Amino acid sequence: MAKFTAKPDELSKIDFTPPRTRWMETPVEIREHMFCHAAKPKELDVVGFPNGHEWRPQDEDWKLPENWERMLLEKMSDLLGKYRSFKVFMDICVRCGACADKCHFFIGTGDPKNMPVLRAELMRSVYRKNFTAAGKILRKIAGARDLTVNVLKEWWYYFYQCTECRRCSVFCPYGIDQAEITMMGRELTNLLGLNIGWIAGPVAACYMKGNHLGLEPHTITSSVEFFLDDIETITGIRINPSFNRKGAEILFVTPSGDLFANPGTYTAMGYLMLFHELGLDYTWSTYASEGGNFGFFTTNEMAKRLNSKIYAEAKRLGVKWVLGGECGHMWRVLHQYMDTWNGPADFLEVPKSPITGTVFENAKSTKMVHITEFTADLIKNGKLKLDPSRNDHLKVTFHDSCNTARGMGIFEEPRYVIKNVCKHFYEMPEDTIREKTFCCGSGTGLNASENMELRLRGGFARANAVRFVHEHYGVNMLANVCAIDRATLSTSMDYWVPGVGVTGVHELVGNALIMKGEKERTIDLRMEPLPGKEGAQ
Amino acid sequence: MGPIFALFAVIALVLVAFVGAGVANLHFLFGVVIPYAAFAIFIVGFIYRVLIWWGSSPVPFCITTTCGQQETLPWIKQSKLENPSSTSGVIGRMALEVLLFRSLFRNLKTQMVEGTKLVYGEAKWLWLAALAFHWSFLVIVVRHLRFFIQNIPAPLKAIEGLDSFLQVGAPLLYISDAVILLAVTYLFLRRVFIPQVKYISLAADYFALFLILSIAGTGVLMRYFLKVDVVGVKELAMGLIGFNPVEAKKMQEIGVLFYIHLFLVSSLLMYFPFSKLVHMGGVFLSPTRNMTANSRMKRHINPWNYPVHVHTYEEYENDFREKMKGAGIPVEKE
Amino acid sequence: MALKDFLSRNKSAILERWFEKALESYPADTTGFLKQRRRQFANPVGYTTEKALESIFDWLLQDKGFDEVTPHIDDIVRIRAIQDLAPSQALVFLFHLKSLIRERVAGELQAFSAELRDLDSRIDALSLISFDIYMKCREKVYELKANEVKNRTYRLLQMANLVCEVDEG
Repeated sequence: MAKFTAKPDELSKIDFTPPRTRWMETPVEIREHMFCHAAKPKELDVVGFPNGHEWRPQDEDWKLPENWERMLLEKMSDLLGKYRSFKVFMDICVRCGACADKCHFFIGTGDPKNMPVLRAELMRSVYRKNFTAAGKILRKIAGARDLTVNVLKEWWYYFYQCTECRRCSVFCPYGIDQAEITMMGRELTNLLGLNIGWIAGPVAACYMKGNHLGLEPHTITSSVEFFLDDIETITGIRINPSFNRKGAEILFVTPSGDLFANPGTYTAMGYLMLFHELGLDYTWSTYASEGGNFGFFTTNEMAKRLNSKIYAEAKRLGVKWVLGGECGHMWRVLHQYMDTWNGPADFLEVPKSPITGTVFENAKSTKMVHITEFTADLIKNGKLKLDPSRNDHLKVTFHDSCNTARGMGIFEEPRYVIKNVCKHFYEMPEDTIREKTFCCGSGTGLNASENMELRLRGGFARANAVRFVHEHYGVNMLANVCAIDRATLSTSMDYWVPGVGVTGVHELVGNALIMKGEKERTIDLRMEPLPGKEGAQ
Repeated sequence: MGPIFALFAVIALVLVAFVGAGVANLHFLFGVVIPYAAFAIFIVGFIYRVLIWWGSSPVPFCITTTCGQQETLPWIKQSKLENPSSTSGVIGRMALEVLLFRSLFRNLKTQMVEGTKLVYGEAKWLWLAALAFHWSFLVIVVRHLRFFIQNIPAPLKAIEGLDSFLQVGAPLLYISDAVILLAVTYLFLRRVFIPQVKYISLAADYFALFLILSIAGTGVLMRYFLKVDVVGVKELAMGLIGFNPVEAKKMQEIGVLFYIHLFLVSSLLMYFPFSKLVHMGGVFLSPTRNMTANSRMKRHINPWNYPVHVHTYEEYENDFREKMKGAGIPVEKE
Repeated sequence: MALKDFLSRNKSAILERWFEKALESYPADTTGFLKQRRRQFANPVGYTTEKALESIFDWLLQDKGFDEVTPHIDDIVRIRAIQDLAPSQALVFLFHLKSLIRERVAGELQAFSAELRDLDSRIDALSLISFDIYMKCREKVYELKANEVKNRTYRLLQMANLVCEVDEG
């Protein structure tokens, strides 16, 4: 009888070794679990986005409008005329590769088109072909290529695999910012109705109802009512916040995500407790009930339209200045765009803390202050009574959100607050925090569920650094100042570093805050026993 | 395919000059016409690129990439260079970027792993080679000014003196010559040997490197090995800037190698405004670096800011008035 | 000489090859990046993979329980389970080890044949463990999706009085 034979390379035959073709010759493959569902036409129609239609990313035919190439190139020309950044970033890249391994999606997927430089080349190649002499004459030699359906699909696939985190721009010798290019790419895809549901839905909701979740006014108040019940259970104090109240000194705006999803809800409870304790003359708004801005992930115009509600409401209510809650891209928008879009806010006053008298000179034009700036000032001036031992069961590290890090530079304020409300604080490795922080992997509206694998891959670099402090110092709580982080890092930690929870900074504040007339606390904002009080209930 | 194509392109340029100046004796064309044309194209092209192409587009938003602590409460130390809220801070930041390649240097951050071992990535070498290349290129360009100036000024002599301070060889070896050859060679090798850099490289990337390498190479050959008539070269150069070209006979006496060198330089000048080499100007115009990070302190104006359609409070209240009243939320119209 | 001694002497060479084989699952043009060593935070995939392979190899040479090796298999499988690899592609790395060791042993196959059989069955056991972990990871991914949906609607249900006291939030 014949013997069994096995060739030594039999195993490697079933290996997946991708073909070695140059990137321009490698057509895009729209892979399952890596993309978000298409936007529904009605979500686009509501806000007047063009060309909404039924399509599916995985289908061959995207049912593009006729003349889509011309529309796209005209729009590209328009954007080039509007943004010097776009032109400069199209022209000056020398492909040195410094950015290549800085992208969390590249680090987690190994997909070469996730290198920021190549993601930009997807666009540059078309730019060269249509807008430069060298590209028109030398074509492929000059790195130029035609705009085809395949190229468009490639744009869509990879521009919705970029979270506009700007980490690449920190390392680029010319400051080329892939976020800018992705924003242009999304403007272009949006023109053809190629948006994703996870972005278009919240945009439509925010436009019509004032917030991404589509919470109607009475739902917002009853949601806050739940927090108040919980706070009363915890502290014995009944808080009475106001909504849409004219004549308040301060308008408070925070991402709506914190009104609904854990653990963001605990952060919202922290705000309520802090403001109550201070006796702050402030109001919430149901009309401007969204700090975040998913419009920013579609078109510049849409972002401006959504953002306009904040100043409009501040004016209507006659407040003096605006206080903003913990959110990432919200602060990129407030810090770098809002005043330009919808300012000047000359009907407001330069923000001044009514408690400490500190004038926030750094916000003297925009008139909007970040809550950790506000709270850090309170603590520095000794205005809060804090008992950090209530957070003794926590070993905390801080995740700098991309937007507040690289689009604002708010590094010390949240750390100062955390260190005053917790005794155990540990930094993650230097290359993964502050301006070099890694993205959660789910920003820019990519925090859907259908693209979970993309998110987990993109989140690995961040999680890996958390795991390091988890293993070395026993870190069990990941603090941050971003609503998307609070939602998505919880998921990421659950997969990569079980045993690490996620919290907003003001949840920690809420726990440590000693309130006037409170009963002896035995449970924290999550209704879990405080350290040393395990048997108290 | 990229590097091979680029190599042949540069060889072709060399052959054109060799045949043109060395065989067909078109010295006037290669010594006068082409250099003038190249210089004109460079100047016009570069001005077009910077002032007209880039300059015509505004910077609508203040999109500084902040790489350090913002200006905030007075007791928190601001990172004035990495997150500059003043003009002097921006100047400092740009100076670090342009003169020392600050951002590329970030890569240098080491990682302490397994206790003691410090690990440096390839990136350190990229920064070093890029810096060495650009600085030596600048020094070489400055040194070449001696061909265009009758009486060499002291600063120029000082630069030459510094550049040759090793005092080896005759003529004295310029350090910048050696450095540029090594640095460009390294920059080429990393494009070939680092897989992901190879993957992103275009033919144009190799072409620029080969062109500069061949310019430096022919320059080195002329200075140290196959001497050309330096006095003749200076006369030609002086003639060019005086718009009074030297006579044909004198041009002929300069070796063909010089004309190859000159043609390659002319090619570089002509290629410059149409290629990625415009990063020389672009680095100054990059909004993420050259903008003051004071967007909450001072309103940045967008020239094309236009009114947009918004969902007003009135419309909102009309949609939800009853629900608002039910929830005890104040309304404008009862 | 025992096979164990042989393997520990050839450890670095075998690990080197094994690491390379494991990275073959990724696009060829970027494996250069993934192979960069000791960059724990800049290259977590490569770093974790290398560490895990080494720990698994060390475990094979020692007489320790499966509990000791499971976390290391988890480290590597957890990554590969979400990287768009078919299960066979995600887990083939353990099977590679058999052929890599045989390649190394080559001339002395006969002398080691009995020991090799034992080693094979140990690797087979690891493969079975890796299946379990892979499945757990995949299930986890779906659980995460479900949790997110649940978390997003929880307050809504709570407000509609559709949720009575639940212990886990």
